[in-house]
Amino acid sequence: MGLLQYFRQEKPKKGSAKLAKDRLQIIVAHEHSSAARPAYLPEMQKEIVAVIRKYMEISSNDVKCEFTDKADDDISVLEVNVALPKQHTPF
Amino acid sequence: MAKVIVVTSGKGGVGKTTSSAAIGTGLAMSGAKTVIIDFDIGLRNLDLIMGCERRVVYDLINVINGEANLQQALVKDKRSSDLYIMPASQTRNKDALTKEGVEKVIHDLKADGFEYIICDSPAGIEQGAMMALYFADEAVVTTNPEVSSVRDSDRITGMLSSKSYRSEQQLTPVKVHLLITRYCPERVEKEEMLSIDDIDDLLGIDLLGVIPESQDVLNASNLGEPIILNQECDAGKAYQDAVDRLMGIERDLRFVTYEKKSFLSRIFGG
Ligand SMILES: Nc1ncnc2c1ncn2[C@@H]1O[C@H](COP(=O)(O)OP(=O)(O)OP(=O)(O)O)[C@@H](O)[C@H]1O
Ligand SMILES: [Mg+2]
Repeated sequence: MGLLQYFRQEKPKKGSAKLAKDRLQIIVAHEHSSAARPAYLPEMQKEIVAVIRKYMEISSNDVKCEFTDKADDDISVLEVNVALPKQHTPF
Repeated sequence: MAKVIVVTSGKGGVGKTTSSAAIGTGLAMSGAKTVIIDFDIGLRNLDLIMGCERRVVYDLINVINGEANLQQALVKDKRSSDLYIMPASQTRNKDALTKEGVEKVIHDLKADGFEYIICDSPAGIEQGAMMALYFADEAVVTTNPEVSSVRDSDRITGMLSSKSYRSEQQLTPVKVHLLITRYCPERVEKEEMLSIDDIDDLLGIDLLGVIPESQDVLNASNLGEPIILNQECDAGKAYQDAVDRLMGIERDLRFVTYEKKSFLSRIFGG
C-alpha cells in the first residue's frame, strides 16, 4: 500500500471477538443448566403451585423452578421463586 | 491397549476429516498400527483426503452386514505400512450403522492388532455422529474460532459425557481434547476472532493443539496427501505437535502469535 494510504488508515476498530465471547458465555451456561434439569421439574412446579393455591391466589406462572449444576462446587442448586401478586387476597 | 479416538465437532466443515487424516497418519508414522474409519455414511470423503479413492472396493456397511470381511474392506495406505482406511458407504442409509455392528467391527479391529482406531465423525448429532463417538476412549473435539462452532463443540462434549458407552457403563469418562483449527493469529490480534484463551474459558477442555488457517491444507487435499506429511508448512508442523501430545510428548504451542510486519515492509508490500 502507498505511503499516504498507510497514514490515512483509520485506527483499527475494536473487533467483535469480545461480544462473541460474551454471547457464548451466556448461551453455553444456559444450555448447561437446561441439560442438567431433571425431568420431574415441571411436575414439581405444578404441585408447588397447587400447594400455594390452598392459601392464596396465584397463577401457575408465578412459580419458577430452576435447577443448576455447580460443576465446580460439587453441588446442585434448586431455586424456587414465587412471585406474589401485589395485593394477594388471603382466603 | 488399543485406543478408540473419535474426531468430532457437531458443526460441519470445521476440519474433522482433515484432522482425522493428519492424526491417523501421524500416529501410524510413529510405528503404531492405525486405522481411520469414515463414519460419514453417504458422504464419504476420507478416501479422497487420503488419496486412496480408487482402491475402495468394500466399505464399513458391507462389513457390518456381513457382505465383506474386515480384510477385504480395509484399504492399505500406500505411504505408511502401519496405516489402513475403512471407507464409508456411499450409497447406504445411515440407519445401517447399528450399535452392535460398530461394536463388532471395533472389537475385530482390536483383535487384529490395531493400536489406534480413529473415527472420523460426520457433522450433526444424528445416528452417524452418535455411533462414531459411542465407543470412544478419547475424543478430539475440532473447533473453529467462531460462535456456532464453539457452541456445537460444547454440545458434543455434553454428548460425550452422557451418550457414550463409557458414560452409560459408568466407566472412566471419555478423555476429551480440544483441537482448534483454522486459527488466524492476526485476526485474534485485531480482536476480530476468538482467542485460544477465550475458547478455553468457554469450553474448559484440555487443549491438544492449534492448527493455523493455511492455504497448504487445500493443496494437500488436492494432492490426496494428509497435511501432516508436509512438514515444511505450519499446519503440518502444528498437526505433528498435536499427535506428539496425544502420545504424551510435551510440545510448546507454535504459530499462535502474530508477527507484525515492520513499518517498511508494510509500505513496500513486503
Ligand atoms: N487449517 C486449515 N486451513 C485452511 N483450510 C482448512 C483447514 N482445515 C480445514 N480446512 C478446509 O476446510 C474444509 C472442510 O474441511 P474438512 O472436510 O476436513 O471438514 P469436516 O469437518 O470433515 O467437514 P464435514 O462436517 O463436512 O465432514 C476443507 O475445504 C478444508 O480444506
Ligand atoms: Mg468430514
